[in-house]
Amino acid sequence: MSVRQLSFSSRISPRLTDLGLLGPAIAVILVFMVAPMAIMFVYSFLEAAPYGGVEWRFTTDAYTSILFERDFLDDSLTFTPDYLVVLARSVFQAGIATLLCLVISVPTAYYIATRPERQKNIWLVLITIPYWVNLLIRTIALLFVLRGDGPINAVLMNLGFISEPLPLSYNGFAVCLGLIYSFLPFMVLPLYSAFERFDFRLLEAAYDLYASRRTAFLRIVLPVMRPGLIAGSLLVFIPSIGSYLAPDILGGGKTLMIGNLIGTQFQSARNWPFGAALSMILLTLTLLVLLWLARRAGQQTSDCR
Amino acid sequence: MSNTASSSPAMRTVTATSRIGDIRAFAGFGSLSFACLVFLYAPIVFLAAYSFNDGRSVSRWSGFSLRWYATVFGNENIQTAALNSVIIAVIAATASTLLALGAATATVHRRASGGGAAYAVLTFPLMVPEIVTAVASLVFFVAVGISLGFTTILLAHIVFCIPFAYLPIKARLEGLDPSLPAAAADLYASPAKAFARITLPLLVPGLLSGWLLAFIISLDDFIITALVAGPGATTLPLHIYGMLRLGMTPEVNAISTLMLGASTVLVLVSAMIGRVGQKH
Repeated sequence: MSVRQLSFSSRISPRLTDLGLLGPAIAVILVFMVAPMAIMFVYSFLEAAPYGGVEWRFTTDAYTSILFERDFLDDSLTFTPDYLVVLARSVFQAGIATLLCLVISVPTAYYIATRPERQKNIWLVLITIPYWVNLLIRTIALLFVLRGDGPINAVLMNLGFISEPLPLSYNGFAVCLGLIYSFLPFMVLPLYSAFERFDFRLLEAAYDLYASRRTAFLRIVLPVMRPGLIAGSLLVFIPSIGSYLAPDILGGGKTLMIGNLIGTQFQSARNWPFGAALSMILLTLTLLVLLWLARRAGQQTSDCR
Repeated sequence: MSNTASSSPAMRTVTATSRIGDIRAFAGFGSLSFACLVFLYAPIVFLAAYSFNDGRSVSRWSGFSLRWYATVFGNENIQTAALNSVIIAVIAATASTLLALGAATATVHRRASGGGAAYAVLTFPLMVPEIVTAVASLVFFVAVGISLGFTTILLAHIVFCIPFAYLPIKARLEGLDPSLPAAAADLYASPAKAFARITLPLLVPGLLSGWLLAFIISLDDFIITALVAGPGATTLPLHIYGMLRLGMTPEVNAISTLMLGASTVLVLVSAMIGRVGQKH
């Protein structure tokens, strides 16, 4: 071993080499990703310039305007829940989507994990493909089938179940379905890898001890795969809450979520500090969820030891 | 009771099986899984099927035709947008793969100090909601005075492609036997030579699948591109979004189907490369 290490330490010190190799990637992310976040943080405490951009005067207006509206005449603040509703709607939609993804994914992932090797690979590829297929196109595809004159309504009307097209698109339902449709593979895959590692002798033992199927599943299978549940929920909840395309295309502008509100501030509304403040809130919310789940996952693993 | 405890595992399996059938099966899970696949694929299949519809109507089938593909291929704006998309994706995938290759070589099988921090930075773009990345990039480019257009799209794409290129390369490197470069070193190969002759050839599957994933991610991106594109530059997803604003038309179906086909082929190729890599 010592000989090997000797031969490794050539003219250039390995530490320096590592720095040279790692440096560029880290620098690119620090400059183009972390620095922009810092700028956003600063901008969220500045005044909005009339045509986009900022005026360099410190103010917390961007944050207060999320909850209050400032009166133009006497400068008084009145509570306005409009933006809070958007925020609550985002959390609610993302939460429901995550829950439904979980309900769909647990049986699916379990079923895939218990298939023979060959079938398993086919299932996995089938679940993975949508994950890599263009999100915009998939959202358009969902709008296409949900539309008033789309295939679902056409079939239902031809069969005589309904006489008027069902309002499947341009509402909260469509947005929620869109979120599930967008992020379902994110839930199936981590759950699958958790089930994959499951020791089926545990299940056998449970049956030997006269557990019913239901009890065995709820008390033995589910707890073992908690890390997978947590990872999957995170992977669905985080992109859902900041989702832009699903509410934009399927909601038809009536069911705004925080992602759309942020986007608007930098496009048509041109209120950069307000958009920056909303971004900071979304980022904080996301990182808090990540931290909370990471801590819970950490506790879980230390419990197991 | 003592009889059960002393029986062989095979015996126990038999008793359990006779009581409740396949011990791993739960009723309804299979049909739910198939429903899940239908849910994932039906909209895509419908969208693709109606791109071959002869009529203008998106709801009534009036015969097979390729006319919408002819329209799409004849449209100069679409050609420009598609070319832009491909150029950006090739450059972004190549740059991010090179950056990721360096980073992965430095972090895997080397001194662990700072490895966790490096990993956190490299995967940071995955943690941030896309819309936040999008607006932050816009604000940054405006603040430092880079005019919005092709360059800003490219820079933004390189950044968010890094984790997608990094993870497969890292996984591949972790699977490599660290004694191989060590053996090369024993035979008086310099670290650079050991890397070029031993590690790099073995890394090829990881590099290819990383590059392909970065390419797909770049080709598909909408939100970040939309915010940093500025008025001049456009990519295929931006163009499709623009078309959709004017209403759902058969042209939207046709161009969407083309993109669906492209992504699917790329994913399958990437998966195949990954599997070939595993067999080595």
